[in-house]
Amino acid sequence: MKKIEHEIIKRQLPKSATGIQGFDEITGGGLPKGRPILVCGGAGCGKTLFAIEFLVRGATEFNEPGVFMSFEETNDELIANVISLGFDLEDLIKRKKLVLDHVHIERSEIEETGEYDLEALFIRLGYAIDSIGAKRVVLDTIESLFAGLPNQLILRAELRRLFRWLKDKGVTAIITGERGDSKLTRQGLEEYVSDCVIMLDHRVNEQTSTRRLRIVKYRGSIHGTNEYPFLIDENGFSVLPVTSLGLKHVVSNERVSSGITALDNMLEGKGYYRGSTILVSGTAGVGKTSIAAHFAEAACKRGERVLYFCFEESPNQMIRNMLSIGIELEKWVKKGLLQFHATRPTLYGLEMHLAVTHKAVNAFKPDIVILDPINTFVISDKEVEIKAMLMRIVDFLKASQITALFTSLTSSESSLESSEAGISSLIDTWILLRDIELSGERNRGMYVLKSRGMANSNQIREFLLTDHGVELREAYIGLEGVLTGSARIAQEAKESAELLIRKRDIERKKREIEQKRNALEAQISALHFEFESEESEAIKMIEIEQDQIKRLKKDKVQMAESRHVNSDFIDNINLKKKNNL
Amino acid sequence: MIKKKENSADSWVLRLYVAGQTPKALTAFTNLKKICEEQLNGEYSIEVIDLLRNPQLGADDQIFALPTLVRKLPVPVRKIIGDLSNTERVLVGLDLLPANYIEIK
Repeated sequence: MKKIEHEIIKRQLPKSATGIQGFDEITGGGLPKGRPILVCGGAGCGKTLFAIEFLVRGATEFNEPGVFMSFEETNDELIANVISLGFDLEDLIKRKKLVLDHVHIERSEIEETGEYDLEALFIRLGYAIDSIGAKRVVLDTIESLFAGLPNQLILRAELRRLFRWLKDKGVTAIITGERGDSKLTRQGLEEYVSDCVIMLDHRVNEQTSTRRLRIVKYRGSIHGTNEYPFLIDENGFSVLPVTSLGLKHVVSNERVSSGITALDNMLEGKGYYRGSTILVSGTAGVGKTSIAAHFAEAACKRGERVLYFCFEESPNQMIRNMLSIGIELEKWVKKGLLQFHATRPTLYGLEMHLAVTHKAVNAFKPDIVILDPINTFVISDKEVEIKAMLMRIVDFLKASQITALFTSLTSSESSLESSEAGISSLIDTWILLRDIELSGERNRGMYVLKSRGMANSNQIREFLLTDHGVELREAYIGLEGVLTGSARIAQEAKESAELLIRKRDIERKKREIEQKRNALEAQISALHFEFESEESEAIKMIEIEQDQIKRLKKDKVQMAESRHVNSDFIDNINLKKKNNL
Repeated sequence: MIKKKENSADSWVLRLYVAGQTPKALTAFTNLKKICEEQLNGEYSIEVIDLLRNPQLGADDQIFALPTLVRKLPVPVRKIIGDLSNTERVLVGLDLLPANYIEIK
């Protein structure tokens, strides 16, 4: 089995790793080695940057020097443009890892007279490649030639020869091309470069832009076919693969307290699972943030690190507001256990948010991440995209064993359960907060909608925000449903009054019985006494009677003796006496 | 580097970039010689640069096509690409004919 695998790897197309975050993952190792690759896309989609990063990473990480032939930007412009991404091209040039060659073509300076070819370009490129032993080449963007040279026939023939020549040279070459109306590139470069075509895209949706990358074609290799969102930030290019993240994360049996004892009790008395994803949803002002703050505080008290993304409040506002319910967050911020990240969701697109989250999490290494609230993204983008993004966040956090708590605002019109941007299936523990309107009051109710892997309470509890935090009360189920607020208090009073009456009843009954028992006992003892006295009298009588009988017998014997009855007779009497005795 | 000096006081400095002795290069040189003889009254110099021997020189004059004739003097610098077989275009390129000459004709 291993041998076969090895052979497959061996037989695979040799690849040139780009070093671009995420890209090598979706292409199974990078770009095809020694072949030309077409990178196309509209203006400002990041073609040049992709190409530059390919060269820079090649030079710095894979020891493959590169040549950048630019048809648009001058060398100085290029150096200045990418220094903000941390790429020091000048240093690479000095170290002979990179050659920049700017080809300037100005239509007005050129007169065409008869036959020509582009051999000079080949010579220049060849010279640059040989001078540093380059393995990577970028032509950015060769389509400028079409604007500079009127003779298309020569140009096309020469381009075909150029790409052939690049292949023969064995360099991995990126050729960038502007996107055309009906074709991938304006000049149909895909005709000449057919080994690998990568399309970059920059879409603006609801005023926020999202960059995407797609591998249109990759001869001789398996590759991801989806559109992958990518980012350009101060660290360069990064592609975010959705599917490369599997569901293979290690799960923990450890439990973490929610910071609210009553809530912990609803979850088997132990709280959430470590590394699980918790959603707290509810309508406006039901206390979602308070639950999040409790969780954060409890974690800080345990000495864990908490990263709190707030999308609606500034950290200061948050600290002040939480102080009003007795949660002191500031000291944890000062201790460095709690970090706030406040950004408006509309500040940048979803992918950027994702990247910012990734980066902040990687930098801070928290045990707990709170996103408050997630649904503000809903306003800014499409549901599917949000789901994909949240899925990636959830997967990423789960893979790093980080417990995540999201809050989500539901509008009162839509169903409480369904409107969570379709993310409910990603959530392990879902706590739903709702307001209950009853008898002219609006009170808060809370229940655990679901909690994977634990027996959770099914009860709706009343949820109170007090000056010492969140409190949960047992809710009364009356005839009209759940009783909360003053209705609950009234019910409580009523019940305690009833209880008092019942208690008194019982006591009275107890007393009655006691009395009865006393009376009965007195009677019993009187009867007993009577009986005893009767009994002793009777015994006395019996004794007297017996004495008399004895005396009578004695008298009879004496009488017989005195009359000299024969001895037999006397014996007989004596025997009888004995027997009688 | 092949250098051919015709006159010491040149008002015309021309450079012809080629890559080896290709037919196109030879045609271009012949054509150039002829035009210069006819038009420039000997006040010119032609420098032929073979990029196969000096590839590093290609970048200086921004050469990408071959053969290319570069008019270094008089300024501004002009570039004429091709084998110079179209004399009228060469003359336009060298500013010896007005740019719209061909259209007027």
